[in-house]
Amino acid sequence: MMPQVRVSTTINGDKVDYLCEPDETLLDVLRNRLGLTGSKEGCGTGDCGACSVMLDGRVVCSCLVLGAEADGRKVGTVEGIANGDKLHPLQDKFIEFAALQCGVCTPGFIVAAKALLDRNPDPTETEIRFGLAGNLCRCTGYDKIVRAVQAAAAEMRKG
Amino acid sequence: MPLDSRLDPATYKFKVVGTRPSRPDGLDKVTGRAKFGADANAPGMLVGKILRSPHPHARIRRINTAKAAKLPGVKAIVTAEDFREGDPSLRDVLHNVMARGRALYDGHAVAAAAATTSSIARKALQLIEVDYEILPHVTDVDAAMKPGAPILHSDMITANVDPAPKKASNIAARHEFGHGDPEVGFKAADLVIERSFKTEATHQGYIEPHACLASVGSDGQGELWVCTQGHFMVRNACAELLGMDVSKLRVTASEIGGGFGGKTTVFIEPIALALSRKAGKPVKLVMTREEVFRASGPTSSSSITVKIGVKKDGRITGAHADIRFQGGAFAGSPVSLGAMSAFACYDLDHVKAVGYDVVTNRPKQAAYRAPGAPMVAFAVESVLDELAKKIGMDPIELRLKNAAKEGTRSSYGPKYNRVGLSQCLEAARKHPHYKAPLGPNQGRGIAAGFWFNFGGQTCVSLNINVDGTVVLAVGTPDIGGSRASMCLIAAEELGIGYDNVRAVVADTSSLGYNDISEGSRVTFSTGLATIEAARDAIGKLCARAAKIWDIPADAVVWENGHAKPSGPNAGNFEPLSLAEIARTAAKTGGPIAGHHEVNADGAGVSFAVHMTDAEVDRETGRVQIKRYTVIQDAGKAIHPSYVEGQFQGGAVQGIGWALNEEYIYGKDGRLQNPGFLDYRIPVASDLPMIDTVIVEVPNPGHPYGVRGVGETSIVPPLAAIANAVSAAAGVRLTELPMSPPQVLKAMDAESGAKGRH
Amino acid sequence: MVQVTLSGSLKTAVGGQSEFEVEAANIHQLLSRLGQDHPRLKPMLERGVAVSIDGQIYRDDWFRPIPPGSEVFILPRMAGG
Repeated sequence: MMPQVRVSTTINGDKVDYLCEPDETLLDVLRNRLGLTGSKEGCGTGDCGACSVMLDGRVVCSCLVLGAEADGRKVGTVEGIANGDKLHPLQDKFIEFAALQCGVCTPGFIVAAKALLDRNPDPTETEIRFGLAGNLCRCTGYDKIVRAVQAAAAEMRKG
Repeated sequence: MPLDSRLDPATYKFKVVGTRPSRPDGLDKVTGRAKFGADANAPGMLVGKILRSPHPHARIRRINTAKAAKLPGVKAIVTAEDFREGDPSLRDVLHNVMARGRALYDGHAVAAAAATTSSIARKALQLIEVDYEILPHVTDVDAAMKPGAPILHSDMITANVDPAPKKASNIAARHEFGHGDPEVGFKAADLVIERSFKTEATHQGYIEPHACLASVGSDGQGELWVCTQGHFMVRNACAELLGMDVSKLRVTASEIGGGFGGKTTVFIEPIALALSRKAGKPVKLVMTREEVFRASGPTSSSSITVKIGVKKDGRITGAHADIRFQGGAFAGSPVSLGAMSAFACYDLDHVKAVGYDVVTNRPKQAAYRAPGAPMVAFAVESVLDELAKKIGMDPIELRLKNAAKEGTRSSYGPKYNRVGLSQCLEAARKHPHYKAPLGPNQGRGIAAGFWFNFGGQTCVSLNINVDGTVVLAVGTPDIGGSRASMCLIAAEELGIGYDNVRAVVADTSSLGYNDISEGSRVTFSTGLATIEAARDAIGKLCARAAKIWDIPADAVVWENGHAKPSGPNAGNFEPLSLAEIARTAAKTGGPIAGHHEVNADGAGVSFAVHMTDAEVDRETGRVQIKRYTVIQDAGKAIHPSYVEGQFQGGAVQGIGWALNEEYIYGKDGRLQNPGFLDYRIPVASDLPMIDTVIVEVPNPGHPYGVRGVGETSIVPPLAAIANAVSAAAGVRLTELPMSPPQVLKAMDAESGAKGRH
Repeated sequence: MVQVTLSGSLKTAVGGQSEFEVEAANIHQLLSRLGQDHPRLKPMLERGVAVSIDGQIYRDDWFRPIPPGSEVFILPRMAGG
């Protein structure tokens, strides 16, 4: 057994230190060591986006990032999207527009959609669809997800 | 339970049913709080991993686990010996869970280990020595039926054939349905078309892999946390396979990240329990995505020949389908359902559908949303499309002329009750999509589809809290938004607010048996049980009010959430609200609850019509769906947003199945594309908005008229898209998926000597 | 007396005949009597069938009454996904 790596990072704004195997993914660290099970493993190979997290302001598949790589960086997960008991407009609109059914892809979509809107506050339908093409959903057919993102964008532009 | 005569849908105004409130599990799902199969942990938990055969067909001469058992950190190893051959009806499930003597497909489980970390568990698998004797394999359905094909089961004699064959084959059974004589029908036709079609196996594609956490104590009591469509089924199956009393195993259904039929059986759960029992510690077992593709339950691949004859005026005079499905290494493909549903949309005097259930060296199939129906509808609706074009008739007109109605004798036997196919066809004809102009290289396709919908064993417990809020315990895992619908139904019956009802999925120790969430049965069955349980509770609430007022119980009625005297003669009392009666429940007789246990029946069939515009890129063969409309009869939409969600989800799975998804087997019999990169399901950028029209022709067998909606929506898309692509490409496509190389090949073959430019 | 029709595959166990008259007041009696009269049919009935009464499909519902004059079909066991 290889010696574990000591990692010092910031997760959802909080300072977090952990030990992990050198070959352990950030997704496994989040889920198995830190109890942050909101990010999901749908494939383990970066094809489904269910593990999407923010890493220094960029959306990444946490199954393709090593736990050790988070050292000194800022990580954002779905658990950090709401502000206390106040939901982010995306979260509100996903519920209002019925943009989720089973909900397992939803955390990944919320993270990726937030990153999309932070970059592009007034996206066209095509830009939304391409911006979220890295997130698989099998239940909804994406229709209501796109509508929810459009509605959240509109609300965020107002505020 | 029949349609409630008070609730004439034309005039009755539901209070909350039919509105679109927020789903109760929504908050947890958008914040990441919701707990799915792999999200549970237990102190001292071990990680389980499964060793799988790399060979599509092999005799297992010996399994030596000695080296693996010695590896530090390994706490238990299991093989087929650790499971019980008991109930014969579970024999194939058992042999699929773990290979017994022979590995029958690439990915078939042969052993499993539990260790303190996942890397030790993986190392343990590498140390298990399996001595295989490789056998010849077969993966194609037609090849498996040919004489001389490698035989999987030496005792497989084709059932339903008289006289029975003398030799074993790979054909498990023959099924036949229909009435009249298609040959008579064909002789009377002006035009007969016969075509053959092929579809490849596809996977339900749920984003959440199978996952469970098992914990068995030395006293034989066990707990299982699992993502499943039926936790009572899981309990019963696992108890049987492990030799436990049913009451000793408590199964809790987690939130489920998609099922679509693929989680209606057991794969890894008995293994996790067996490992936990041996190790004396909890074991978490999660499938990787590769394991999901190789070793869970994809749907069948098919080879189908359809022959239909029509008169010039559009009347279908005869129809015949020869349907061949391979369902993996064990009998039980849904070919009989395919044969039964093949011509179910039409009113026919002469119809016959014959189905063959074939085995091959592939994973054991599991249900996939309207099992058996989409492939057969693809074949039948394609031929009808061709017939319509040849006789110069509008495709909707052709279908209207032959549409099944109330009293029509179905192609599978019984006469239909009130059904909504004509209404869907009329709605399609009137829809603006139908007349929208098409651009270059675009084609429009329409198709009709049918599904049976089922009832089943169901029970609910409705408990009234001291503050007048209600908790409804159901036993059917929520795979489509049913908790929201149940709260709407309970609120409607009780006359209280939607937010005052909370629905929970109870574990197997807290509620009576419930059949699996399948067959589009939940809104219908659990809804019906909820209505009855609410009415049961209302009876008790009225009885309490009667006691409080000191009048006979039958002098009290329930109206708008209140108990009232039934008339001026009963007495002059102020109505008592549910909350008021609940507040004094302790003093008036104790806790107030309603129950209902039933084998729900009266489920109504549902029909759908899909319409789609496809554009073909003549350079690359790529198909883009430009527009898609789903029109489906829901009977009564309890929560319209989630009915639309089912329509859209089913349509998009159909789009993937039609255009891109397929299981690719190499000559070596191994699955070549067990991952989401090469098993390409639709992504957001592939699709347009999916328009929906909810038609409501009440089901006479349900108090509100509800029909199941979950499955019918995947039946028409394969055909609708094939019809659209064929129109756009100028050539009939008869094999799925219509991936770019296939479309290109078909267009090139059509233009032949002319060349492409 | 109940007029019952066997669906295609079940016919083979009774030499191709599809229509029968059976004295039965409910599904259980129907299946028991058919099984008694046609021993080759018995194992198929016991493995599981669905019964349609006037177009309504019942799975596992022994004491469902069969009203006189209803149209009765015996179909293979069915399940969805």
